Amino acid sequence: MIHPIPAGTRDVLPDEMRELRALGERLRATFEQAGYGEVWTPMVEYEQVLRTGDERAADAAYRMFDDQGRVLALRPDMTIPIARVVATRLSDAEGPLRLCYSAHSYRVVGQRTGQQREFLQSGIELIGVPGEDGEVEVVTLALSALEAAGLARHRVGVGDGSLYRRLLTALEVPGDRHRELLECLTRRDMVGLELRVDALGLARDARDLLVGLPELRGGPEVLERAGDGPAGEALERLRTLYAALEARGVADRVILDLGLVRDLGYYTGAIFEIYDPAVGFALGGGGRYDDLIGRFGAERPACGIALDVQRVHVAQAAEEGQR
Amino acid sequence: MSATGLTIAVPRGALMGGTLDLLDGLGVDTAEVRSNDRKLLFEDAGIVTMRPSDVPTYVEHGAADIGVTGKDVLIEAPGRDVYELLDLGFGRCEMVVAARGGSEPLERALRRLGRLRIATKYPRIATEHFGRTGRQIEIVAVKGSVELAPLTGMVDGIVDLTATGKTLAENGLEVVEEIVTCTARLIANPVAHKLKAPEIDALVERLRGSSS
Repeated sequence: MIHPIPAGTRDVLPDEMRELRALGERLRATFEQAGYGEVWTPMVEYEQVLRTGDERAADAAYRMFDDQGRVLALRPDMTIPIARVVATRLSDAEGPLRLCYSAHSYRVVGQRTGQQREFLQSGIELIGVPGEDGEVEVVTLALSALEAAGLARHRVGVGDGSLYRRLLTALEVPGDRHRELLECLTRRDMVGLELRVDALGLARDARDLLVGLPELRGGPEVLERAGDGPAGEALERLRTLYAALEARGVADRVILDLGLVRDLGYYTGAIFEIYDPAVGFALGGGGRYDDLIGRFGAERPACGIALDVQRVHVAQAAEEGQR
Repeated sequence: MSATGLTIAVPRGALMGGTLDLLDGLGVDTAEVRSNDRKLLFEDAGIVTMRPSDVPTYVEHGAADIGVTGKDVLIEAPGRDVYELLDLGFGRCEMVVAARGGSEPLERALRRLGRLRIATKYPRIATEHFGRTGRQIEIVAVKGSVELAPLTGMVDGIVDLTATGKTLAENGLEVVEEIVTCTARLIANPVAHKLKAPEIDALVERLRGSSS
């Protein structure tokens, strides 16, 4: 007899569980040592609360009603619940807040794509530290947590979530076209992007910038090749961030990526994605979200990174196979 | 590792010749692939072969760094997390609506019966096309030769890919609407796109040079 479990979920048996626990513990210990205190929030939230955080985040994988007929949803990530906690329970806390978590989140994925609807995330949120100081702290901490987990070949992609939008505005691309161009970039459809940019009938320089800039990724030479131009402000921020990462000795792990986009809408500046050659999907990601906590009533700058523990586990197993 | 430093997913079938010709131009030795049509994995050349609709799957999972597949496959299976880097220009086909005796029988079926029955291997493209043009349809999913379906009276028309229109004509079907032109596309795994950026950029640059 078959008793199915929901698509995208799984059972974990002792052999795997032992390894997952050990891995999660190493990540958590690294975060805890760096002064990040662990928090726990409800797995279910009012849908309205999630929607306050991000319209698209409210597109949850599971929804249900409570006994009063209110709509509940399983959280799509931990960042929105933590923003809610910070704006409410911790609104009086002075100075920077350092919080970490290890918890399941739930998202819609394609049918039979081999991806998880229920996934375990281990992550950090740094609240109250603006600019590159905050970003450098979360990036270096995530990198050392992965090192503590036994990874050796991981990299972090660093970009700016507002870069392309600023570029469109600076080049005076009509506002009603922004959305389709940004959607091409989010879908990673570079052919469609080029077609639509060509259709705008811009001057050669502007056209080349809109098509070429998102393809730039690699070391510091990327920032040189990007020059200054209309995206100057965002590029300047990336330069400062890269210099700070270099000063912390992690530059060799950094891939500057001017085409990086994240599909959650709350990011306001720097964004990150973690890669390992053993896994075809990103191991995690994050970024700066300076407006999010304000949506819950107490404006504070913040940034964070979340790691997908099961994917890190795959990379860890592959790394052990290498030795 | 291959001459390109990348693992490449090559589609079997209509796009295979064009893809291998491109790879020859990049200095990849494709002789073994051409001479052996049972083997699937060619480690020395860095090539894996598969049916075109599997290419996005292998590339999304990182089993291949890059791949070549038709735009029809990418439209029919959206949400695959892969980069679409280049329109390679070859393998040009039209996605069309075809029916026996032109558009008149379709219009009549829609007017009198309120919906069209359409056989296709591309249910998503068909649903989108008829939805956009405000016509109700009933999709009949078939796997083999779609042309047979209207001949037996099972459906009013088909949505299918055609290069020359020959097979349609031989079965007495006429193209009544063109939906979209499809060509071969170069796609890449998002992680490989970052970790192997120099290799991928070098390849894209050379392909751009040769295709224009």
